[in-house]
Order: sequence, then C-alpha cells, then structure tokens
Amino acid sequence: MEVGFSVGAVRTVLASAENLQLTLKTELSQEEQALTNTNSNPKDAEKAGNEDLKEMLESNKESHKLEAMKRVVGLIAKGKNASELFPAVVKNVASKNIELKKLVYVYLVRYAEEQQDLALLSISTFQRALKDPNQFIRASALRVLSSIRVPIIVPIMMLAIKEAAADLSPYVRKTSAHAIQKLYSLDADQKEQLIEVIEKLLKDKSTLVAGSVVMAFEEVCPDRIDLIHKNYRKLCNLLVDVEEWGQVVIISMLTRYARTQFTSPWKEDAVFDENNEKAFYDSDSEEKKGQTESKPYIMDPDHRLLLRNTKPLLQSRNTAVVMSVAQLYWHLAPKHEVSIVTKSLVRLLRSHREVQYIVLQNIATMSIQRKGMFEPFMKSFYVRSTDATHIKTLKLEILTNLANEANISTILREFQTYVKSQDKAFAAATIQAIGRCATNISEVTDTCLNGLVLLLSNRDETVVAESVVVIKKLLQTQPTQHSEIIKHMAKLFDNITVPMARASILWLMGEYCERVPKIAPDVLRKMAKTFTTEEDIVKLQTVNLAAKLYLTNSKQTKLLTQYILNLGKYDQNYDIRDRTRFIRQLIVPNEKSGALNKYARRILLAPKPAPVLESAFKDRDRFQLGTLSHSLNIKATGYQELSDWPAVAPDQSVRNVEVIEPVKEWAPLVGKAKQPKSDDKFYSDEEEEKDEEESESSGSDDSSSSSSSSSSSSSEESGSESDEESSEESDKSFSSGRSSSESEKSSSESESAKKQKKSKKTPQKKAKPAAVDSDSDENGNGLVLQASSSSAKSSSASETDSEDSSDSDSHSAQKKKTDAKSKPKVEVKSKKEVSLLDLDDFSPPPTNAPKSSVLSPSLFSDLEGLSLSNISTTMPVTTPSFSPVKTYELLHHMSGKGLAAKYHFPRQPCLYQPNMVAVQVILTNCSDHSLEEIHIGDRSPASLNIHCFNTIERLEPEASVTVSMGIDFSDSTQAANFQLCTKTDQFSVSIQPAVGELLMPSSMTEEEFCKDQGKLLGMNETSATITMATANTSSLAINKQLLSVANVGVVSSSQNNIHRFAGRTVSSGALVLVSLELRESSTALLTINTEKSIMASMLLRDLKQALAMA
Amino acid sequence: MIHSLFLINHTGDIFLEKHWKSVISRSVCDYFFEAKEKAGDPENVPPVLQTPHHYLITIYRGKLFLLSVIQTEVPPLFVIEFLHRVADTFQDYFGECSEGVIKDNVVTVYELLEEMLDNGFPLATESNVLKEMIKPPNILRSVVNTLTGSSNVGDTLPTGQLSNIPWRRAGVKYTNNEAYFDVIEEIDAILDKSGTTVFAEIQGVIEACVRLTGMPDLTLSFMNPRLLDDVSFHPCVRFKRWEAERVLSFIPPDGNFTLMTYHVSSQNLVAIPVYVKQSISFFESGSCGRLDITLGPKQTMGKMVEGLTVTIHMPKTVLSANLTATQGNYTYDLATKVLVWDIGKLNPQKLPNLKGSLSVQAGAPKPEENPSLNIGLKIQQLAISGLKVSRLDMYGEKYKPFKGVKYVTKAGKFQVRT
Repeated sequence: MEVGFSVGAVRTVLASAENLQLTLKTELSQEEQALTNTNSNPKDAEKAGNEDLKEMLESNKESHKLEAMKRVVGLIAKGKNASELFPAVVKNVASKNIELKKLVYVYLVRYAEEQQDLALLSISTFQRALKDPNQFIRASALRVLSSIRVPIIVPIMMLAIKEAAADLSPYVRKTSAHAIQKLYSLDADQKEQLIEVIEKLLKDKSTLVAGSVVMAFEEVCPDRIDLIHKNYRKLCNLLVDVEEWGQVVIISMLTRYARTQFTSPWKEDAVFDENNEKAFYDSDSEEKKGQTESKPYIMDPDHRLLLRNTKPLLQSRNTAVVMSVAQLYWHLAPKHEVSIVTKSLVRLLRSHREVQYIVLQNIATMSIQRKGMFEPFMKSFYVRSTDATHIKTLKLEILTNLANEANISTILREFQTYVKSQDKAFAAATIQAIGRCATNISEVTDTCLNGLVLLLSNRDETVVAESVVVIKKLLQTQPTQHSEIIKHMAKLFDNITVPMARASILWLMGEYCERVPKIAPDVLRKMAKTFTTEEDIVKLQTVNLAAKLYLTNSKQTKLLTQYILNLGKYDQNYDIRDRTRFIRQLIVPNEKSGALNKYARRILLAPKPAPVLESAFKDRDRFQLGTLSHSLNIKATGYQELSDWPAVAPDQSVRNVEVIEPVKEWAPLVGKAKQPKSDDKFYSDEEEEKDEEESESSGSDDSSSSSSSSSSSSSEESGSESDEESSEESDKSFSSGRSSSESEKSSSESESAKKQKKSKKTPQKKAKPAAVDSDSDENGNGLVLQASSSSAKSSSASETDSEDSSDSDSHSAQKKKTDAKSKPKVEVKSKKEVSLLDLDDFSPPPTNAPKSSVLSPSLFSDLEGLSLSNISTTMPVTTPSFSPVKTYELLHHMSGKGLAAKYHFPRQPCLYQPNMVAVQVILTNCSDHSLEEIHIGDRSPASLNIHCFNTIERLEPEASVTVSMGIDFSDSTQAANFQLCTKTDQFSVSIQPAVGELLMPSSMTEEEFCKDQGKLLGMNETSATITMATANTSSLAINKQLLSVANVGVVSSSQNNIHRFAGRTVSSGALVLVSLELRESSTALLTINTEKSIMASMLLRDLKQALAMA
Repeated sequence: MIHSLFLINHTGDIFLEKHWKSVISRSVCDYFFEAKEKAGDPENVPPVLQTPHHYLITIYRGKLFLLSVIQTEVPPLFVIEFLHRVADTFQDYFGECSEGVIKDNVVTVYELLEEMLDNGFPLATESNVLKEMIKPPNILRSVVNTLTGSSNVGDTLPTGQLSNIPWRRAGVKYTNNEAYFDVIEEIDAILDKSGTTVFAEIQGVIEACVRLTGMPDLTLSFMNPRLLDDVSFHPCVRFKRWEAERVLSFIPPDGNFTLMTYHVSSQNLVAIPVYVKQSISFFESGSCGRLDITLGPKQTMGKMVEGLTVTIHMPKTVLSANLTATQGNYTYDLATKVLVWDIGKLNPQKLPNLKGSLSVQAGAPKPEENPSLNIGLKIQQLAISGLKVSRLDMYGEKYKPFKGVKYVTKAGKFQVRT
C-alpha cells in the first residue's frame, strides 16, 4: 500500500504505517488534514512552550527524548493539554528504551481518542509486539492496544484478544480478560464474540486469570449464569489462592449465582439435624419421606462448598475481601452460621476512617435484623470524641439498634455522655436515639421522657429543639396523661427560640389542650402578642392552636382567636393566609359553611396516629450488603439485583463437570496440571489436596466402571458432606443424652447419604480418615455457632417481649403513680446543674425505705462519675468492672420436660423496683417440640414480691431466650420459690441468693467510710482473723476475690494494707462496710460493719472461704 | 471499576489526575468541593458521594484527598482499600505521602498508577512486584541514570507476577541474613471521669523486616497463642496451619511487611498502664477556667513509661492557656484549639503535673462538656497482653539467619472522659 505523506514530521513512521492491516485509503486525506491541522491550528501561547519539547522529542539523543517525555507526562498529570505533540511523540513508540516506550504508551492511551487517525500509525508496532517472545512485551502491547479507544481498530482488537486468550502465559491471558471489558465498552456489538472468549477463559485454571475473567463476565454478560455452572466448583476451590481483588469480584458473583441455584437455608423447619435424627429412628424413613409434603431441608453440597471455602478469607488483611465474605454469609448462610462474621467485621473498625464508615453502615443494617450478632461487641461501638461526625452518628445508630431490656441502662448511661458532646449535631442525634430507645423499650419510656424534659433547660438551642421534637413524638405515642410535662414545656416556652421547637410545643398544647385547660389559653395570648415576628411554621401552629382552643374553650379564647385569624389573613406568606382562611371557614359558624362546620371538631381534634420512630437503615436490606447502592441507599447504575431463593432448586447436575469429555481432554492434563496445581495450591493444606487427588483418581476409576452421570468430584463432595452431617448428628444425639455407638453412626451415615442422592447409584465411598478429621473440626465450630445464634434468637425474643402491650400497660400504670410523686423533685433538679437523663427514674423513690434519698447505690455511683459537677474525684477509683459469670441451674431439662432454665445475677440495678434484685433467667428448649406460654405461676411465700417476665408465647426447639426478672428478697437469703409454667406443665423452682448478691455497691470516700464505720460499732460489728491463700495477697487479687463474692464497691484507701469495700443492702438500703486489714504471714483481719448482723456473719463466712481459696 | 483518580490537596487544588478509561473532566470534583465546604473539617467529608452521572469515593490521608470517580456499581470498600493501598505505595516509595513528594516524582507516580490499575481493575499492588517493575528513586540511581541514560523501569515481567508466591521476588541475595519481628500492641480504651474503664481492648500487630537469601520458609510460634482472639494475616501466611497448630508458617516477602494483626480476647482484663487525676473546670462568670492534671503509673509491669503525651481538644471558646508543667512542656495551638502536653518519661517518684488557668472568650457561655484527654504513651520491651514469641524456625535454606523480636506497647485510641 502506498502512503504518501507530505508532512516531514511523520515521515519516519512511514515504514510502520505500511504494516497497517486496514484499508486506509478513504482515511488518507483526512489523516493528512488532521496532521496539518495540528500543526497549522496552534494555540500560540502553548505552542511556544511546547516548541522546545517537540525539538527534544525529535532529537537523536535518547536522554533528551526521555527528558521531554517526562515533562509531557508531567503536563498530562496536571491536566494540561499536550495533544499537539502527538505526531512528535508517536514516532517514539518503537523506541528501544523501555522507560521511554512506557511513557509514550501513557501518552498514547491518553490522547489516542482525540487523535484517532494519528494513533493508527502506532498500531502496527503493537501488532508486531503481540508476537514478541517476551510475555511481558506481549501483555503490555495488548494492554495499550486495547486501551486506545479508536473504533476503527475493533477488528484488530478482537483478533488480538482471541489470540491472547489462548496464550501460554497466564499473565497475557489475564491481560486479555481485561481487554475484553475495554473492547466491550468501545463496541457493544461485539458482545457475542466476546462471550465466547469469556467462556473459554472461565475454564482457565490459573489463579491469575480467574479474578480478571470474572470481572469481564460481570461487565459483559452478568446474566449468563449458565456459563458459571461448569466452573463453579473450580472457582470455589481456587478462591483462596486468587489475588485479593479478584477474590472480591468472584465472591460477589458467586453470591448472586448461589441465590439463583440453591434453595433457601432459612426455612422455618430447617432444623435438619432433627430431621435426620427422626429418620434415623424411623425404620421406614424412606417411605415416610415420600409421603411428607415438606421435604426436610438439606443443603446442597455445592452451597456448603462455597461457604466453607470463603470462610478462611475472613482473616484476609484486605478489608474489601472480609466485607464481601461477610455479605456472602449474610445472604447465603443458614441463620445460625452468620454470626461467625461478626468478629471480623468488628476488627475492620480498627481500620481507616473511610473503611469504618462503610463497615458501620453495613453493621447498622445487619443489627436491625440480628441484634444478637453484635450485642456482645456493643462496647466496640462506643463513641470517641475524636471520631468524625458521620462515624459517630453511625455508631449511635448501631447502639440504638442493639438496645434491649437487658442493656438499656448501660446504653442510656453512655448516651448521657454523648448528649453533652461539643459536637451539637451529634448531641441532637443522640436525643433522637434516646427517643427511639424510649419507644422500643417500654420499661424506660418514662425515664427517657423525664430525662428529655430536663434537657429542655439546656443552654444549647439545638439540644432543646431536638428534645422538644422528640418529646412531642414520645407523648404522641404515649396516650397516657402527661399534662405535667406539657405544663413544664409551656413554662419553658418563653426561653425557647428555635422555631421547630416552638412549633412543636404549640402543637402539643393544641393537641392536648383539654388536659391543660388553664395554660393553653395563656400561651395563645402570648403568641397573639408576638405573632407577627414569628417564623412561618410557628405562625401556622399558632393558628392551629387557636382553632383547637376555639373549639374546646371558646368562652375564653374567642376574641384571641379572631385576632390571630385577622393577623393571619394579612400575612405575607400565602400558606398562612391560606390556612387562616380555611380555619376560619371551618370553625366560625356562618350561613354559608353548612355541613362542614359541624364536623370541625372531628376534623381538628381527631386522634392522630403516633409517628413511628425507626431506624434510617430499616429498609436498606433491599440492597445487597457491601455494595455502593447499599451505601448510598439508592440504586446505582449497573447494580445487579440479588434474586430471591428459588422455590425448587434448579438441576444441580449442571455443575457436574462432564466425565467423558474431560477424561479425553483433561486426562493428559491431569498429570501435567497436577504439577502446576500443587504449586498453585501453595496455601491450601496438603490434606485437602491429597483428598482431592485421591478423589480424582478414584473418581476416574468410578466413572469408567459406572455409567452414572455424576462426576467423581461431586460424589466425593457429597460423601464428605454426609460425613459431616452424620458426625454432627452423632454429636447431637450425645447431647440429648442418648448413647451413640460406632455402628449407629455408620448406619446413620449411609442413611443420610441415601437421602441426599436418591438418584445416584454410585457406591458410597467410605470416608477417609483425613476427611473425617477436618469435618469434625468444622463441626466443632458449627456447634459453637449454634450456641451463639441461639443467644441471638433469645435477644430478639426478649425484644418482642418488651413490646408485649399487656404487661407494659400495667407497668406504665405503676409508673404513673410514681411519676406524680417525683414531679416536684424534677423541678428542683432543673434549677441546679442539669444531670441529663435522670437515672433515678430507673428506680422510683422507694416507699418503704427510711431515707427517700437512698437510691440504688450503684447507679448513684455511676451518676457521680457522669454528673456535670466540676469537682472531679481526686482519687483514682479503681473499680474493676467485675461481673460474675456464675450461673446456677434453675430447672434441669430432664425434670422440666425439655424446658431448661438457668439463672445468674447480672448485678445491675433492677429496672422494675429499687428494692428488687435483678435476676436473669436463660430459658432453653431442649425438647423437640416448641414450648408455649412460658410464664411464672404461683409463688411462695405468697407475699413474695416478684416482677415476672412477660409470658413467652412460643419457644422453638433448640432456641433459648434470656429474660430478666426482679425479686425482692427482703435482705434475707431465704429462697424465693415459685412455679415456672408452660402451657401444659408446672415446675416448682427456687432461687436462693448468696448473701453477697443482696448488696449493691455504694461509692464513698475513705473519710465517709471511716465516719460511717464509727457509727456502726459494738453489736453492729463482726470481725474475724482469717488466713488467706498466698496468691490472694495482692490488692488486685483481693479485690477480685471479694467482688466475686459480694456486690460491693471498692473504696480507695490511702493505706496499703487496708482494703475497704462499701455496699448497701438492696431491699432496705442498710450500709454494709467491709474492711480487710492485712497482717503478717498472709493472715488478715476481716471486719464487717452493718446493722444486719445475720447478713454480716453469713457474708463473713463466704468471704473467709473465698479468700482462703487460691 | 475505578474510572479516574484525582489528587487534591487540603486547600482544594487538583494537582494530579489520571484516567484509566476515557477522560472525565475535572469539573466532576466540584461536587466534592461542595461537600467539603459543607463538612468543614476534612475528616468529616463523607467518603461516598453521588453526583448526577458519577459516584465519588474519597479517602483523606496525610492532608491529601485521593478522589476516585466511579461510574457503575462496585463495592465501595474495594475502592477505598485500593486507594489506601495507593497511598501506602507512595509512602513506601517516597517515604511519605504528601503533595510535595508526589509533585517531585510525578513521573514515577504516573508509572506506578499505570501499573497498579488496568482499565480500572487492580493489576499489581504488591510492593515487591511493583519495585521490580519500577525502581524506587534514590540519589545514587538518579545520578547514574542521568549519566548513563538508563531508566527506572525494569524490562522483564517481575517474577512475582507469575510465580505462586506473588509477594516475593526471586533471586534475593543478602550477605547478612536477618529476620526481625516487632510485636506492637496498642491499648484502646475509654476511661470515665472517675478512672473506671468503660471500654478497653488490645490490638496488636506484628511488623516484620526480613532480609533473607533465597526462598526461606519460616515458622513463627508463640508461647501463648490462645490469647489471640481474632487475627488477620498477610496473604503469605498459611491459614490452615494456623487453624490446626496455631503457628505462623509462611514464605516471607522481601523487606518490610505486616505479618499479622490480632485482637486479644476481651475476656482478659486489660491492664491500664497509667492513671490520670484531672480536674478541668470553667467558671460561670469571669470568663476563665482551671485545669489540673496529674499522671501516675498504674499497671506498668515494672517497665518505664515513655513518650507520654496528653492531647486535649479544647472547646472553641478557650482563648489561651496559662499553665505550668512540672515536667515536659506544653503547647496550645490557638487556631485548632489543641493543647498538647509532651511529658516524656514518667517518673514514679515525681509525678508530672500540669496546672494553671484557661482564659475563655468573654461573654461566651460556659462550655457544656469538659474536653476529653487523649493519652499517648509507649512502653518498650513489653507486650501488655503478655504475648510472647517462643521460636522462629527456618526451613528451605541452609544458612543461619540473625533473628530478633522486639516488643512495644503503645496507647492507641486512649481517651479519658472528664
């Protein structure tokens, strides 16, 4: 082909241009034009600057060229236009100097699109390079060639990609996978051909290629799920060794795949252990299975394979990989297995700020549905003052989601700190959060409400405004009378300037005007005065208030209303004029307004539904976790919907790799591929690999002997699967107290195996010892998981309990009484320093206690640390936060007909009444049917004061639930006897508290301690010399031992050899002072001062024992 | 995936742009500037932003924003993790990741970015692989390069890209073979006003510096591996062996790398090495406040506490601080309102104390909340969790390497509420 260039600059590339495989004839004149254009159409200023660059590029010295190219790249990096150098640069594309060449590539890729015709001149160089013996050069040529976005070379690219896809070097094949996406974005018409290449590359066994080709698949043909079938198992097995970025892409693709191919593991009756067990005892299980309509759920072995192979990746250092595994488990794993991702997700919170942001968003979504998953890690979500605002808000969101009956006091105490934050936006968010806790957990509604009322006197406007808004919402959800709070708000009204807050108060006045008949008209009077200067929303609410008052109390407010309506009539804002006109027609009777007038009252004073306070993350789970769409809560371009589980699993045999063909094609490869494979699989453990090898070899034997369609690998897979199940099952039978023997095990194994593959006739291979090992290991994990998931369930169950209305009603009624009493106190409080959420509402003033100021002492001490008073404790109080883990049995499952109960003392102040000891009871259903209506029945002595837990409607088999109750032991260790009832049975149980549990820690200084001790001498003093174990002589050990026995607080001591502890009895609030004076040779003098001498001697005995023990 | 990358300094200048697909105008960054304006503090800019046609994912590191432009759905963490990896690479190559060095090495940066991504999909992110392709700059080489005209760019495919051990380059040779491991533990804690621990945990990391010839296969075992609750590993660690035997078995990358990070199970009580007695108070009238802080040793396991610092983010209304420190010195930055007290070593005999008055803007209301104290400290030769490396074995090579383990405990996010 003769090419006639007249421009000197391009003459040198003439030779290479000759190699162009394209018919450029029609393009030539344009090309010429383009060349002349760039030269004759200069931007003078730039050209002057670039002239010397051009000279350098055309010089003969390599170093000059390199220098010039570096400067050109500098220009590109800064975003400056360097396109006019194109002809000069493109000449150097064939340079021998690697660095120069690379820089030219950078330039080409950047400007080729703009200078398409000139770019063509370089193509031949790349085509030649594609044939280079050096794989590195082949790959980089393909990279650049495919990056040049010039539509005319599409056929060349296509050819190059096809060739590279068959290259011997996996690196080149990887590059070709990348090139597929580039070509597709350049010309979507090539889709069909490209899919062919993808199909071919998907079969590639190199870990290097896997990630890139799946990426290409996702970009080009994400809907062609059928291409994955045959490669599914291979991808699962390679996954661990694929580079980290590829892992992310593969995992998210496999998540989608699995959702279309497997059935849901979440079915209600998916307790397959149990089903297996039944099958095991039923001799005619086969028959039965045919009859029963709902088939027991059995996880597809391929499904299990995916879960198993992704699990180790939770330990990846790459946060994106961990997140993608977490979302895979969330979307695919059986419910009880999901919680294994928790720890890893919490670990990610240590990472960069941006990572935290994304992870917290995902945890927020997860924690709505599965509180239990993150509850043990609640403290990891505590806010630091140095966190960024969006991190703080997310943590707050999560804490609110995690709040339940048991931990609410801890969370509220934490919130108290946040409300005082300097970050006002965050403080406001905290108030919202308190509002949400209040609605979700009926026990604390009143506490929160009172706390919020106190916040109304806060100095900061945003805080006040937010509190008003939240109080408004809360009062609306609470149909009970709250006139006190409304009155209080009316009083504050003059000082509140934030419009939203003012409007909210006015609305409340209007809504509940009949409850505050005296105040409401007065507020209206004040508003009439300032009406013209108010903000629009305030004006609107003033009009509303006027209208409502007119209807209820027209005698007093008629004139005021008319005045306000007149003002509103001439307001500047049309909304207000509108509203005024409407209201006037509605309420003021005249001839024209006919029927509507009669209904004015019903219209305006209709009962309004309470607003729902719920999480902003409530419906985020419609998006796949970890995606951009989830993060933005909006469907992003290219988002692939996660499909629902199919009702019936599609044919699973599609994943079987054909035996006949592979034997032909791959058999020679097996030997060959084995070598590289063992290299590839550098990291996977040897055992597994051996297994695989064995299975493959034995598999081929099998396939030769049997004509079944099932492949060797699948049978191996399901074989080990059945092992797992059977051993799991045997574990299970152990736990339910039945003996299991070796023979039973094997029989059960074959049983379950049969069940798994009805269609398969392949002889079941006996499990290899190695496989059993690894499986049993996994089983161990599985069991742990079950346990933790059961606790998850329990928490959610207790959550629903708290929503149980019947109980909460009675409870709130109870609260109401105390409310009225505590009211004056609240007002006094608000005058002094605001101590935000006044936590003594947890424990309404005890009626029978001698001193009404004695609140639950531990709370008192907590509050001390949190109160705003500026006198900080000068002594570092070292109270180790010891919480006893001693759990006692309440009811054994054998005697409880499957219902097991355990209890422990959480040592928290009792929510229900201050003189009660909090007890947490864990109820577990060990039977095989669900238990219904678990509640507390008769108690003895009859006078025993117990706050029962709400009736548990239903407890599924294997599920357990934690409930909290309060018992007033009246400071005696006499057992509390009561009956634990289910729908059908009643069991007598008793809780006998250790004397130490009847105390509450009390915080005091050393002086106070000595002073109080001085008052409790003589009869009130009990002391003994004790011998201590040598291990216990350090102060830390003493504290630990003592606190494990008794729930007392540590009093800091100035003397090293004396340890002091203080507490109060829960019921009567009597002081209990313990002091321990160390003597020589590990003896010590233990003194207890208290009015309750019986308790003293019992406590002395317990302490003596504990300290003597090592 | 990643379409374009813009590097932006903290004043909002775009000083570098790189496009992996077609060019996107830098005006797309305006949406980011808008969000930045709104957020005030650069830390508060949301990492993920939406614009009409693109999505912007940003990280903020070393006073730089790395802003990537995305056009279609992609896991945001994927992008964030990658951007941090880019910043790590810059740090690795140039010693720091700042505007200055990036501008100075713009060509190397460009070459790196070219290698790290292909069509927006990560290609080579392993430091060992990259260093074979693009040699890090140093003075000697730049002199040689200018004289001989040779380049920084390698001409063969790095062996790592092809081998099954992508993190290690082949043919490593040293005259002195050495392997050092630093066990660094950080205490994250929140203490309340009275000194009670609200929350405390230990996060650890093992940083390794391995310069060994050939292909050594190392095994690192611990005296008490049960302590480790949650771990994450460098890809070189064989996970199965950890699961089975609780030992770290790996073929190390060449040079410096992070071998593992771990979390110590929360059941163990965390020893808090220092206590803080503090009183910060602001008076209702008179526009001033008082500050008195004393630090003392608590559970130091008999080791010296060094590098002690106290950082306080004062309320915005605090104008100046007039304090006296019995030890070390303090600075109060008027612009950022940050008080830093650099104490140094903690002497148990003579406890450091900082005391004096704060002057508050006249007429401003008394601050609602007292600022919390952030404590920094360092204890050499101590892993506070008690973790101990018992032995390091090497297989696969014949020579005897020098081995060393160092323990350090630091304060992580250690905050005292007041």
